[in-house]
Amino acid sequence: MEISYVVSRGTRLNKVLPFIFAALLLALVALPKVLAIPYQVKFVQAFILIILATMWNLLAGFGGLVSIGQQAFIGIGAYSLVYISDIQGINPFVALALAAVLCGVFALPLSFLVFRLSGGYFAIGTWVIAEIIKLFVVQVKTLGGGSGISLGAFSGMGRETRIAAIYWSALVAIFLTLLSTILLMRSKLGLALTAIRDDETAAGVLGVNVLRNRRSVFVMVSMGFGLAGGLIAMSNLRVQPDDIFSVNYSAIMIFMVVIGGLGTIEGPIFGAIIYYFLQDRLKDYGTWYLIILGLLGIAIVSLAPEGLWGWISRNRFSLFATKYRISQMSKERGA
Amino acid sequence: MSVHSNENLLSVAQIQKRFGRVVVADGITFDVKNGEALGIVGPNGAGKSTLLNLINGNETLDAGEISFRNESLNSLNPAERNHKGIARTFQIPKPFADMTVYENVLVGSTFQGKRLNNKRASEIAIESISRTGLEEYFNTPAGKLRLLDRKRLELARALACQPQVLLLDEIAGGLTDSELPILLDIIRELNSSGVTIIWIEHIVHALVSVVHRLMCIAGGELIAIGKPQEVLANSKVIELYLGSDFEVGGVA
Repeated sequence: MEISYVVSRGTRLNKVLPFIFAALLLALVALPKVLAIPYQVKFVQAFILIILATMWNLLAGFGGLVSIGQQAFIGIGAYSLVYISDIQGINPFVALALAAVLCGVFALPLSFLVFRLSGGYFAIGTWVIAEIIKLFVVQVKTLGGGSGISLGAFSGMGRETRIAAIYWSALVAIFLTLLSTILLMRSKLGLALTAIRDDETAAGVLGVNVLRNRRSVFVMVSMGFGLAGGLIAMSNLRVQPDDIFSVNYSAIMIFMVVIGGLGTIEGPIFGAIIYYFLQDRLKDYGTWYLIILGLLGIAIVSLAPEGLWGWISRNRFSLFATKYRISQMSKERGA
Repeated sequence: MSVHSNENLLSVAQIQKRFGRVVVADGITFDVKNGEALGIVGPNGAGKSTLLNLINGNETLDAGEISFRNESLNSLNPAERNHKGIARTFQIPKPFADMTVYENVLVGSTFQGKRLNNKRASEIAIESISRTGLEEYFNTPAGKLRLLDRKRLELARALACQPQVLLLDEIAGGLTDSELPILLDIIRELNSSGVTIIWIEHIVHALVSVVHRLMCIAGGELIAIGKPQEVLANSKVIELYLGSDFEVGGVA
C-alpha cells in the first residue's frame, strides 16, 4: 500500500458557497429595478464601507502595515475623479477606474518614503503625509481650494438614472475588490502575506521578501482606497478637503476591521456591515452613538480579540476557499 | 562519516557585533567546507545564536565579513540569503500560528531560491512533513502543536527550503531519549546527501555523534575549533564550558 496525498482548497462548504454568492450577485445587480432610491444610496454607502475595511485589513491585517493615513488615497481618488471627469471631460465611470490607477501610481514612489518608518512611526508618518497632501490640495485653485469642488459630470442625468448608475458602479467596484482580494489570498502573494501576518522574521528566513510583498500590497490597496474615494465623490456630488482627507476614515476602518476580525477576509466584511447598521440606526443619538461604538469596540477587543468572525469560525472554516486542505488517499499497488 | 570537499562554502572573517556594551562577536573567524557538519558549543550567552543570526541575516554585522561561495553576504537580507541556499531553525520555534502545518512548510518550499512550480513546491512540502514525522498534523494550525512538534516543524520548514547550508539552533533540546535518535538520523542523512550543517547544541554526545568538527565560543570569542575529541579535551573549553568533571571518553 502506498499513501498519497491530495491537496485541495477549502472544504465542502466552499463548493456550495460560490453558487450562493453568484445568486446574491445577480440579486444585487437587479436591485435598482425593485428598490427605492434612498435604499440604493444606503447600499452604496455599505459597499464603500466594505471596500474600505477590506483594503485596510489587507494592509494591516496581512501586510502588518498599520496605517492611519490611507485617507490620503481616498482623497486623491475623489479629487482625481472630479478632475478627470469634469475638467478633462472624460466619462465619469472611466474616470473612476483612472482615479484608482492613479492612486496606485502615486503609492509606489510614496512607499519608498514611508517604508523607511516602522510600527508607530509608520502609522503617524502616513497620517502626516495625508495631512500634507490635504494642505497641498487646499492651495490648488482649480480643485476649489479649501471650500472644495462639486462634481458636475452627472448634471445632465436624471436623479433616478444617476443613483442607479452610481449603485452599479459601486457594485462593480465591490465585486472587483472582493474578487481580487480572494484571488490574491489564494496566490503565492497571499501565502507570503499570511506568513508575514503570523511571523515576519520567520517569513523572511523562509525566503519571503517581506519588503517587496508589503510594497505590492501597499500599491494594490491604494488603488482600492482610490476607488472608494471616487465612489464617495460620486455619491456626495461634492468633495471637500477637510472631509475627504479626514482621519476619521482611519478610525472607522480600524473599528470595522477590529470588531469583524483582523487578518481574515470575512472579518472586515462583517465588521463593515455591523458598523453600517450601527451608524444608520444610532447616528441621531449624538454622543450616545459614539459611547456605544466605543463600548462595543472595548467589549469585542477584550472578550473576542480575534473579532466576531474569528469567534464564529474558530479558524475551522472559511467562506472563501483560501485555506489548503490535505487529504490522504491510500492506493493499492499493482491493482 | 561522509566525505566533504576542500572547497570553502561559508567563510566567516573577523566579525564584530555588539549590543550596547555587550560584545557578542569579537573577531570570530572560521571556514566551513562544502558538505561538512560543524558543531558549536559554548556557555549560555556566548553569542552562539547571534552567530547564526549574523550568518542568516537576522542581525547585521558591525564589522567583518561573511561570505558564501566566495560572495559576500553582508548586504543581503534574510530572504536573499535563503535564496542563496541558507536555511535555519530557531531555538524558540517561530511557527505561523494560524496557518496549518502544511501551509507553514509550503511557505518554505514556495519561496526558496529555486522558484519551484506549485505542484513541485507542494510535493516538497509533503515530503518534508513526512520526513519529520508530522503527517498526522497536516491540517492542524501550527499554534496548536506541542513544543516537540513545533521543533519538528522548524526542521520541516527548513528542509522544504532545500538548503545547501542548514543552521540548527538547539534543535535537540527537550527531545526524549526515543526521539533523539530519529532526529540524529534525519540530520546525518541530510549531511550525507550533501547538505552542510552548522549546529548549536548543548547535548554534546548527540552533537559529537554527527559533526566532523566542533567549535567552542565564549564571550563572543572563538575558544577552539577542530576535531571534536581535541576540542573537548582543550583545557580552556573545559574551564569555560564543560566543567572539570566532564569525561571526554563518555561522549564519543
